[in-house]
Amino acid sequence: MNAAEPQGRRPRRLTVGRIGIYAFLITAALFFLLPLWIMVVTSFKPMEEIRLGNILALPVTLTLEAWTKAWSSACTGLECNGIRVGFWNSVRILVPSVILSIIAGAINGYALSFWRVKGANVMFGVLLLGAFIPYQVFLYPLVRIFSLTGIYNSLTCIVVVHVIFGLPTMTLLFRNYYAGLPIELFKAARVDGGGFWTIFLRVILPMSTPMLVVATILQVTGIWNDFIFGLTFAGRENLPMTVQLNNIVNSTQGERAYNVDMAATMLAALVPLVVYFVSGRWFVRGIAAGAVKG
Amino acid sequence: MAAVSVRDVSVAFEAVRVFDGLSLDIEQGEFIVLLGPSGCGKSTLLNAVAGLLDVAEGQIWIDGKNVTWEEPKDRGIAMVFQSYALYPRMSVRENMSFGLKMAKTPKPEIEKRVNKAAELLQITHLLDRRPDQLSGGQRQRVAIGRALVRDAAVFLFDEPLSNLDAQLRNELRVEIKRLHARLGNTTMIYVTHDQIEAMTLADRIVVMKEQKIQQIGSPDEIYRRPSNLFVAGFVGSPQMNFIKGRIEGNGTGPEFVSGKRRLPLSGYRFSGKPIPGQEVVLGVRPEHLEITGAGTWSDFKVDIVEPMGADTVIWCSDGDGTIQVRTSGSKKAAPGEPLGLGVDAAHVSLFASETGERL
Repeated sequence: MNAAEPQGRRPRRLTVGRIGIYAFLITAALFFLLPLWIMVVTSFKPMEEIRLGNILALPVTLTLEAWTKAWSSACTGLECNGIRVGFWNSVRILVPSVILSIIAGAINGYALSFWRVKGANVMFGVLLLGAFIPYQVFLYPLVRIFSLTGIYNSLTCIVVVHVIFGLPTMTLLFRNYYAGLPIELFKAARVDGGGFWTIFLRVILPMSTPMLVVATILQVTGIWNDFIFGLTFAGRENLPMTVQLNNIVNSTQGERAYNVDMAATMLAALVPLVVYFVSGRWFVRGIAAGAVKG
Repeated sequence: MAAVSVRDVSVAFEAVRVFDGLSLDIEQGEFIVLLGPSGCGKSTLLNAVAGLLDVAEGQIWIDGKNVTWEEPKDRGIAMVFQSYALYPRMSVRENMSFGLKMAKTPKPEIEKRVNKAAELLQITHLLDRRPDQLSGGQRQRVAIGRALVRDAAVFLFDEPLSNLDAQLRNELRVEIKRLHARLGNTTMIYVTHDQIEAMTLADRIVVMKEQKIQQIGSPDEIYRRPSNLFVAGFVGSPQMNFIKGRIEGNGTGPEFVSGKRRLPLSGYRFSGKPIPGQEVVLGVRPEHLEITGAGTWSDFKVDIVEPMGADTVIWCSDGDGTIQVRTSGSKKAAPGEPLGLGVDAAHVSLFASETGERL
């Protein structure tokens, strides 16, 4: 039989275009994976091996020393308790900030899309404007306001800041999601006698799972990675992990402990990393939904 | 006393007036259908009655009570929506009992009412399912059930069948009619753009266009004596034939003249005195034309034949325009065949060309 009759699935051929695409994708992947590779292998090496300079090589003697040191005894300035202090500080900042900002955003979005509040569009516009103004502009006035109210340099202070600055994005997220829900559902609930809170809690919130997941991902990574707010508002006792990491990496006494620095950085990046890996497809949706600000 | 009474109601969105001084009285136990093309304001009117929309002016009375400022739940209404609007995270049973729970009805009473409604609608076996496990027809049944348990004085339907396929629509239409009969004295207001639904269900039809009521009347009245050109054209399928012409008076009485077509109007019930020379539009339903050898109008030729099973629609023309004739399904005709049409003046409608109003 000569050339086969076309039948079934069309055969894929390797064209120049395809090769180009793969080449680009592999390069891009390497570009992002290489630093991670170096970080991981270096953090498992003892200093003697690092001094040899083969930064890409696998560790010959695998050691967890750098990790334990980074976690519990690396020096951040004068204290030498490792990055774990910062880790727990970050957790204490993260949990209330994420929960409160999502609740506030969801309620805002719900009120804006269903209850036709007077001047809702203007309010939403102002809120959105807030999302586009650089944070630095707010720092000094906020410091003044907080010191006047007496909560400056406290856990409350940093949580309040995160809730306020999460509000525009969270509101936008939930408003857009709720705008896509059929308004008739809300009308049916009103005919059934639901009020503002009952409809929110019994009807709308149970339907919000996708957005709650997305919002959690966005807020967890955003708040965990925050540096400037933590540094400015949290106070010495509550400095988050990012600030402590900076202190570890920048406090140089004698030889620079590359393996400890790398291990500390990995530890600090662990939470967002876990969130990325666990959330998978949700994260992509989150990026798409939160495309206004990333 | 009217069950529902809309008095001089105006509705405005922002600065745009949607209604101006609209009034409508609905009797106890009546099945009223608001019929009109999309954007005619029928749903807006229904939402205003339900209290889901604030009125700018006027009053709404339900069951002898002025409810203009009342919340929807306090108006004694139940509502069924086009998109079913079932709460997706609740089972059918929870969906149906949600309103009663909100009203703090005792548990045994809720159970009793839900079971009764479920039985009536034959959805008892679905009570523990979730809405996403139901078909479209079942969902709308549940939505009707949810309205039913409220024991409301007035039922509001907002295009409840528009999302269903044709066969289900017919089934549920019959069921809604049966439900109305079985509930006895329950008032129903039903919004639709489907004239078949309107014709089959309504005690009275309210035809609306551009936020104004065009005609209120029984289906028969709307069909046989449409009050203007819009109503005549909107109701009925295939559409009414419209022929432009003039009234001429001769010795025996007024006569409709359009080119070579003539029709003596002695059998027509004029609402006023016919004015000779007036420009008019003659409306005649396809089924009121009779195919004869010679007839009132002759020289027609068959253009297109549409067999529909039960009946056949024949499009024919005489050079001055095309006319649809509805005839029995057994009638055979071939394009090009000559044809004569018999017209009875008692079954036609005459409208003034200028205003579109019935003469």
